[in-house]
Amino acid sequence: MSPLQQSVGAAHTRILSLGAARGDTVVSNDDIAGPIDSSDEWIRQRTGIIERRRSSENESAIDLAEHASREAITKAGIDPSDIGAVIVATISNAVQTPALAALLADRVGATPAAAYDISAACAGYTYGIAQADALIRAGSAKYVLVVGAEKLSDFAKPTDRSISFLLGDGAGAAIVGPSSEVGIGPTIWGSDGSKWDAVGMDRPLREAFDDPEGEFPTLRQDGQTVFRWAVWEMAKVAKEALDVSGVTVDELTAFVPHQANMRIIDEFAKQLKLPESVLIARDIETTGNTSAASIPLAMHALLAQHPEASGGLALQIGFGAGLVFGAQVVRLP
Amino acid sequence: MAHTTEEVLAGLAELITDETGIASDQVALEKSFTDDLDIDSISMMTIVVNAEEKFDVKIPDDEVKNLTTVGEAVDFITKAQA
Repeated sequence: MSPLQQSVGAAHTRILSLGAARGDTVVSNDDIAGPIDSSDEWIRQRTGIIERRRSSENESAIDLAEHASREAITKAGIDPSDIGAVIVATISNAVQTPALAALLADRVGATPAAAYDISAACAGYTYGIAQADALIRAGSAKYVLVVGAEKLSDFAKPTDRSISFLLGDGAGAAIVGPSSEVGIGPTIWGSDGSKWDAVGMDRPLREAFDDPEGEFPTLRQDGQTVFRWAVWEMAKVAKEALDVSGVTVDELTAFVPHQANMRIIDEFAKQLKLPESVLIARDIETTGNTSAASIPLAMHALLAQHPEASGGLALQIGFGAGLVFGAQVVRLP
Repeated sequence: MAHTTEEVLAGLAELITDETGIASDQVALEKSFTDDLDIDSISMMTIVVNAEEKFDVKIPDDEVKNLTTVGEAVDFITKAQA
């Protein structure tokens, strides 16, 4: 038998740097309240959102991804050609194929890196971090660029009261690379397809194509079902991620949940019994819910506001359409 | 141990007060959660989950939509305990 080699990579990994890009336009609650017969006060009270960032017509998800990635690559101080894989978590690629990741790899000079998209909605970034960690430790890549990139305003319906008014556009990027110490804890991830209908598109593409008079598919959700799952089921997942990492809430510097709704974040903090010392990311207030982009954007904003948090431990958790979820404890870059 | 209707009402009123600040004497059987007590869907879910724990019952998502008044919720919880 001829010998067959298997690759072995670095013993440990960490997030080396982050980059962020938000939609170029500020959209206030008053700007969107009319078609949903709502008000600034109603939206603030139920979601904690004061304003959201959305992209103008000429700015696409790939532009946002490129901007965020360039910042992350520069901050990591690496040569983009050393990136072995580009993973884009997104639900807003405007075409079925090809993947956004291949175009992104080309734009940032990460060629000929492996490049693919992940469809895990608001959990996509945590899935990407889990894969990056595994790829590097397996020796399949030296550095991995993980990006959550969304232009959700393309899939929002102005008259929808269930989710559209929450949504924003943006991209958050991370460079994951080898590390002398553990920088990414074990990932707790999974899915619950029995709630496949709870949040997602309101009609299939083909149906819309066959019915040109009808509306383009947009996002919708069953808010109560999602809220209940997001808080009480996800609190268990978050605790599990802490347990497998051997970290207690007192040892956390920050909590960076998917920025779905401020009420979810608040209830989450209560369920996890986070001490006052833990910084809680609340980027949703001025960015809105940007699905896969929300965790890296929120972490980026938190570090800009609290640079002293760098090097501390953060619990990050993503959850969304699928339903799917992923959580891990990471060292803040 | 199963709770009486009065106990369930008192316990539910306590949970509603905790979540919304509404005085517990405002919580009566005929009151509508949305129209009279002005409880939004997110607060409603928080109350439901806390009620499940307090009374050791399961209140499925589909059922929550049918519970429009405090009385209907008290009835459901009382029967679910049996």
